[in-house]
Amino acid sequence: MTKEDIVLAIKDIIATIAPDEELDGLNNTDLLRDQIELDSMDFLDIVMELRKRYSVVVPEDSYGELATLDSCANYLEPFMAEKELKIGV
Amino acid sequence: MGQTVPSTCDTLIIGAGMSGLAAGIRLAQYDQNVVVLDRHALWGGLNSFYKKAGRPFDVGLHALTNYVDKGVRGKPLTRILRQLRIPYDALKLGQQWVSESAFPGVKLRFSNDFQLMRSEVAEKFPSQIDGFDRLSALLADYPSLPTAGMPVFARTRLAEFLTDEKLVDLLLLPILYYGSPTPHDIEWGSFVVLWKSLYEEGFARPQGGVRTILTLLRDRYKELGGQLHMRQGVAKLLHENGKAIGVVLDSGHEIRASRILSSAGLVETMALCGEALQEKFSEEKCAGEMTFVECISLLDTPLVDLGHDKTITFFNTTERLIYEAPEAAFDSRSGVICCPDHYDNQIPQHEPALRLTLRAHPQKWFDFTDEEYAATKESAWQAGHKAILPFAPDIRDHTVFVDTFTPRTVRQFTGHTRGVVYGSPIKSPDGTTELENLFLMGTDQGFLGIVGAMLSGIAMANVHALQASPS
Repeated sequence: MTKEDIVLAIKDIIATIAPDEELDGLNNTDLLRDQIELDSMDFLDIVMELRKRYSVVVPEDSYGELATLDSCANYLEPFMAEKELKIGV
Repeated sequence: MGQTVPSTCDTLIIGAGMSGLAAGIRLAQYDQNVVVLDRHALWGGLNSFYKKAGRPFDVGLHALTNYVDKGVRGKPLTRILRQLRIPYDALKLGQQWVSESAFPGVKLRFSNDFQLMRSEVAEKFPSQIDGFDRLSALLADYPSLPTAGMPVFARTRLAEFLTDEKLVDLLLLPILYYGSPTPHDIEWGSFVVLWKSLYEEGFARPQGGVRTILTLLRDRYKELGGQLHMRQGVAKLLHENGKAIGVVLDSGHEIRASRILSSAGLVETMALCGEALQEKFSEEKCAGEMTFVECISLLDTPLVDLGHDKTITFFNTTERLIYEAPEAAFDSRSGVICCPDHYDNQIPQHEPALRLTLRAHPQKWFDFTDEEYAATKESAWQAGHKAILPFAPDIRDHTVFVDTFTPRTVRQFTGHTRGVVYGSPIKSPDGTTELENLFLMGTDQGFLGIVGAMLSGIAMANVHALQASPS
């Protein structure tokens, strides 16, 4: 997966866990929690979905790396480069 | 019938009530091998349902609290639905009409629009409205979750805002009846949670009552692969070196688990853990004593035709608020009148219901002979329906069927010591216990009501079984 793919993967996870949020206008640089309604329970779900879909384990002290779409892509790239994008699972 | 009970699992959940099923859904969603056990044949715990003489009854659910409209974000109701991936519309919620807290000569009406209560306070207690506004502004900024801290009681904190004790009593009456394990007062953290869920948010009822929610939870849990085993009581909790490792069922079957989430209650869970812990958290030291008798009367006439349009009336027949375990088997000087048909969106019932809840003695009901038991149930109905006449119509000539549940019924169906409804006064906000890998959820974790129970199951599953679990 490229960084662009990782952003798509994260957006697809958010679409699953927060189906009522409008994701089209999301930008890559602002904090996700400032753009849409995501609380700590939702961030846990992003982490759990990454584990379920891509077998990527994000340790608790690294949850902060998931703050923006760009930081997600940067942090996850080493773990996800070899994986295939899964959409709509 | 059904699946075989396994001998190992990742997370074992004691109790198929709202918290147990919600926790089970969270864990099954993330592929844990999760087992929910319940001693009873019907799921739901304190909020369940049954049929008698061909008539459907609900237990527990007067109202679903924490009502917010669809799309309102960041509130307990919408958070649990998102976490459980249940669509808002599936609950088929109808909002309450109007409820009231009623004392002789003074009533405070409230609805799902907070302004109604505010305007009632402004009109009836003009000298208190500034304090009321300061109080409601402070509470609006509090988080919705129970917090650990020094036990401070609500009356002490409320005195900083309100000087009229009658207003304090009017505001406390619904809150105490909705969830206080302690007499006359409630711990401040629980007060805040209930203020938000009753007054800032409000009451609603799913079309079809508690069955609608319970069926959604059970179906969702099973669809995700969760195992639900009814009629499987836990006889003993196994532990080694301070760590919980599994359970032995009433049948003698043993299940080993990496962790255990128990909604059985503090005293009840510790009683499974051997003599030392049973003694440390004994009934004498730790059990609550607030329990209730509830008469459900089915009527030949809709209550509106008898001039009653309230959804829930919290009544108190004396000048000062009475909320304590009574000396007698029951006490009809204060209580709750609920009309489950007085919500929008309800299917009209052939026999409309009125539910009357009175405080009950935590022991006497267990000591009665069968004759005394039946006679006391009858006198609770008679005395209760006479006592509420200043607040509700006389339904005694309109009643076609009555079913009454008592502390004895509560203990039978939930296993709660003394048949208590709001658990122990000792709460564990983070769910931890004396044993590693054993966590409490539900009432004794400190969350209240149906939405609170589900939130408790979700929060405990998240913190202790998902976040903490190794890959």
